[in-house]
Amino acid sequence: MAATETLRVVENHARTYRRVWRGSIISTFLNPILYLAAMGVSLGVLVDQGSGRQALDGFDYLTFLAPGLLAASAMQTGAGDAAWPVMAGIKWRRTYEAVLATPVAVRDLVTGHLLWVTIRLLMMTTIFSFVMVLFGATGVAEAVRAIIPAIVTGLAFGASVTAFSATTRDHTGLTSLFRFGIMPMFLFSGTFFPVTQLPGWMQPIAYATPLWHGVELTRARALSFDPMLPTWLHFSYLGLWIVVGSLLAARQLRKRMVI
Amino acid sequence: MDGSPLVEARGLTKRFGEFTAVDAVDFEVRRGEAFGFLGPNGAGKSSTMRMIGAVSPINGGDLSVFGMDPESEGATIRARIGVVPQQDNLDEEIPVDENLLIYGRYFGFSRAALWPRIEELLAFAELTERRHDKVESLSGGMKRRLTIARALINQPELLLLDEPTTGLDPQARHLLWDRLYRLKQQGVTLIITTHFMDEAEQLCDRLVVMDKGKIAAEGSPRGLIDQYSTKEVLEVRFPDEAKADIAERLEGLAKRVEILPDRVLLYTDDGDATSHEVWTRGLEPESVLARRSSLEDVFLRLTGRSLID
Repeated sequence: MAATETLRVVENHARTYRRVWRGSIISTFLNPILYLAAMGVSLGVLVDQGSGRQALDGFDYLTFLAPGLLAASAMQTGAGDAAWPVMAGIKWRRTYEAVLATPVAVRDLVTGHLLWVTIRLLMMTTIFSFVMVLFGATGVAEAVRAIIPAIVTGLAFGASVTAFSATTRDHTGLTSLFRFGIMPMFLFSGTFFPVTQLPGWMQPIAYATPLWHGVELTRARALSFDPMLPTWLHFSYLGLWIVVGSLLAARQLRKRMVI
Repeated sequence: MDGSPLVEARGLTKRFGEFTAVDAVDFEVRRGEAFGFLGPNGAGKSSTMRMIGAVSPINGGDLSVFGMDPESEGATIRARIGVVPQQDNLDEEIPVDENLLIYGRYFGFSRAALWPRIEELLAFAELTERRHDKVESLSGGMKRRLTIARALINQPELLLLDEPTTGLDPQARHLLWDRLYRLKQQGVTLIITTHFMDEAEQLCDRLVVMDKGKIAAEGSPRGLIDQYSTKEVLEVRFPDEAKADIAERLEGLAKRVEILPDRVLLYTDDGDATSHEVWTRGLEPESVLARRSSLEDVFLRLTGRSLID
């Protein structure tokens, strides 16, 4: 019963997406191309000429950066899809009110939304991996191995940011989340340089962020080295964010909508 | 036709923290009728509607819809009703017909079953020519008609309309009333909240007057007017300098006198005779208008306030 309702929510997300898919796909291609060209190639030359290689365990900068950026971009997609569209559904367009007047329940709505975020992450990470290969950052097999951990990373943010969006009153909360949460994580959680480069007091904070676990895992899978912690532990930590985030998202949305 | 009510509420209560929005109300809605909740903003009408629509848990009393409990059988109830909320909540970025299709899918209908239904509803809402346009390009009246069409996609037995014509111009309102009247002819039960007395008089077979979470009176529009008001009302306006002792000077002129900030209402069975007497007493009003009593007068009588502040 509830499973069919959940699938209808996914279907209707896809139907709505059909209207915007062209623009969406173009920016999904453009984003990694711009980043890898500017940072990976141009900046990378300088890094590789300096003392970069020792700090990066012998990898050239483009190879080091690409899988990290894949995980960080998955974070941005997951968080972005869970922020403004959710606030629009609750408050700006009130479309959630319309959906919940049908047999669909809050639980179906949240599950369907997160499944849709997963599909979006699959599309985004596949395109990103393709661009990685085009730039010669990794081989095809490595790029494919990086997809699953990147999706898991994106979903950790998709679930927890949905819970946040269902809790915060308006867009200022979302803006703050991106300014003080997502953006610093993007810069300091190992995407662009190893966390060991950070001052000592900042390192534990970086290790606690879900993005660092995602970056470490994605990079380890893509570049075939052993991550800092056992693979299952990284996955479990991200899984915890997904499970707790989803449960909180359903709870908060129920509190907000079913009053 | 079975006589059991479609909706039955006993002591129905809704609280938001300390505030009691709906305070132990009793009412019944019968199959096939148009039932209204008339009252000002904040009277508890929308809260009552949301409880009937099985999207808002009740905090006290009993409520049954189609003989079912909204708490445990919410999804089954929602499958059989249509909801027109106070604020339109259409998907503005997609076309008119896809709004209907998407909504129909939430009820589990196949696309093949939905398309003929969508054609019918587009015609019903006079939106066939705008079917491929995005919703954001529609006028207020068109959006409202689309919201009603969307609420009918599952062929509901019961349609809940929360302030259906608020914000619409007179022409759009009349078109909408006509559509609602047709639905009623087809046997759809309507529950309507409104703060417009003319809307309640036009559409409702029976209504309750709601104020501050309580039901002040119940009956047909005509019955309520007969019970709580006189046949006619004389609306009299006086210049400012004459207002001071107006209550004394009008004494005995009518069965009841209401002094409002801008005018005085004299409740009487014969407006013309009372009007004549006003002049006879040498009161010299600025204007005098005799009219029939309306639900507005019923509300004023019951609560001491007018419907629209």
